[in-house]
Amino acid sequence: MKENGQDISQALSITPPDVTEKKLKVRKPYLGLFFLGVFFFMVIFADLISPYDPFASDLSKGTLPPSWQEGGTAAHLLGTDFLGRDQLSRIIHGSRMSLVVSVGCILIYGTIGIILGLISGFFGGKTDMFIMRLSDIWQSVPGLIVILLLVSVIGASAKTVIISIGITGWPQFARVVRGECLSLKERDFVRLARVAGCSNFQIMASHIFPNIINTLLVLSTIQIAGIIVLSATLSFLGLGTQPPSCDWGLMLAEGRQYITYAWWLVTFPGIAIAITVIGFNLTGDWLREILDPKQMLR
Amino acid sequence: MASQKDILLQVKDLKTSFFTKKGVIKAVDGVSFTVKKGEVIGLVGESGSGKSVTSLSIMRLVPQPAGKIVSGEILFKNENLLNKSESEMRELRGNKLAMILQDPMVSLNQLLTVGYQIGETFKYHGKADGSLLTKCINILKKVKVPSPETRVNNFPFQFSGGMCQRVLIGTGIANNPELLIADEPTTALDVTIQAQILKLMKDLQKEINASIILITHDLATIAQICSKVYVMYGGRIVEKAPVKDFYHDPQHPYSEGLIKSVPVLGKRVKRLYAIEGQPPNLINPPPGCRFEPRCSKAKKVCSQKYPPEVELKKDHQVSCWLYS
Repeated sequence: MKENGQDISQALSITPPDVTEKKLKVRKPYLGLFFLGVFFFMVIFADLISPYDPFASDLSKGTLPPSWQEGGTAAHLLGTDFLGRDQLSRIIHGSRMSLVVSVGCILIYGTIGIILGLISGFFGGKTDMFIMRLSDIWQSVPGLIVILLLVSVIGASAKTVIISIGITGWPQFARVVRGECLSLKERDFVRLARVAGCSNFQIMASHIFPNIINTLLVLSTIQIAGIIVLSATLSFLGLGTQPPSCDWGLMLAEGRQYITYAWWLVTFPGIAIAITVIGFNLTGDWLREILDPKQMLR
Repeated sequence: MASQKDILLQVKDLKTSFFTKKGVIKAVDGVSFTVKKGEVIGLVGESGSGKSVTSLSIMRLVPQPAGKIVSGEILFKNENLLNKSESEMRELRGNKLAMILQDPMVSLNQLLTVGYQIGETFKYHGKADGSLLTKCINILKKVKVPSPETRVNNFPFQFSGGMCQRVLIGTGIANNPELLIADEPTTALDVTIQAQILKLMKDLQKEINASIILITHDLATIAQICSKVYVMYGGRIVEKAPVKDFYHDPQHPYSEGLIKSVPVLGKRVKRLYAIEGQPPNLINPPPGCRFEPRCSKAKKVCSQKYPPEVELKKDHQVSCWLYS
């Protein structure tokens, strides 16, 4: 059979897509999942695994270097900050803040984006025009400036960070959802639903929405990475979470003044941010590949 | 003429157009016909002759915003569907008026179970009491899906094309509709499955006593289950005939051509007959008979005026200048 098939394809001068070879090219998820695993492990077991209370300061042990460096002690693996708080404990607890902020933002702008995107794509015409132009305007203003404005007006805290990032980020979601919705609403199963007597809302909720969950999952995973960086930026600028709470961005900001002689104060939070972001990005890419069968053969 | 009581659906001078950038496409241009209670009629014609648009117009589901029903009346049980509000139409759809779609493999939502999609028809018409699952299983039983108790929780991709078509028919007949529009229900299936599906539809039609409008371009299908045939060409009905007359004594040159172009088993011909030329462009249709450019019997008058409908026999009408 196989030889036969080759003869035919040669005769037609078509090279059949070599599925097995392409399949091997799908990225292995292990690294990304490992990073995420570490991240979620820290989030879930923060209280159990952190050696010290992240808020307990001991000025006599201020700015101790990591244990492997001269002057460091085995008691503080990654050293301490200028108030003598244990770095490792603070980084472990900081993971929780990152998760809360990023999930909170995704929930807010996901909800706004999905609803507006569905309405826009499904009804089309003037509604679509209005929502899309609105999102154009929204996107034409640099996000960071809007966020800075909101934060300085409402007052800096984790909650404001979530809300302000949440309401600036929806256009991206809305666009993706609208695009998917545009092609889905022309599909025959939507017509079948109409023939069965479904209303517009029922069609959107039970026929179109389940079909875009895959895309949303991928988009959210990749967006989370961006949000973590953004919230760290805000904390660094002093407009995000406020001391003494544990936040990686905040730790960076606090360590910045001591960067010349206490390199560990900025390095370790930075590494934590980088690893988490890479983890989310790799996992997002991998999800996109496995959830979209069309990508497999590309 | 049948008495007013027997008539279920009456379409009067229906005109549906699509407003595009290139111009107005008159997809359906003055179609009139009636469907009696319990009658199975066939609507034949080649692609683009307006069959599907006619059926979508009856369901009031002409693709928006390009498509629009320009004029005419669609009387369903003496009520004009064109005057109904969208929510009133939703009441009717899937309930009294049902439709079976063309392509079974893409007409079902791949992410929802078969049972859910059948159940929807009950749910949206307030018939979803506690026994929803049993009802769905009964429907699957009715359309002869084997082991319906387990199949009801399956997803469409676990079904073959023929089985999906059965499910679609199931959603169509779920609420015992009075009018069932079947838009090429068998085109996506192979011949043996076709025969099964047609038999199934015929049996179900007897059981629930529905009228069926069967849309197809397959003349064999029509011969099997229809009692009357309406031939469409270029957005108009050119011939209305009882099924026997249509096969033995087609009057319109187009119908004649259609019948002739069906290959006959066992009969050797040098070349299969085909009607020359292309179907007309419906953006600016010629003022006369739409078929005139392809017609071998065309006369001078054919290109100037559209022929009136002439009744040749009882229940047999033709629009052609040959007869008037």
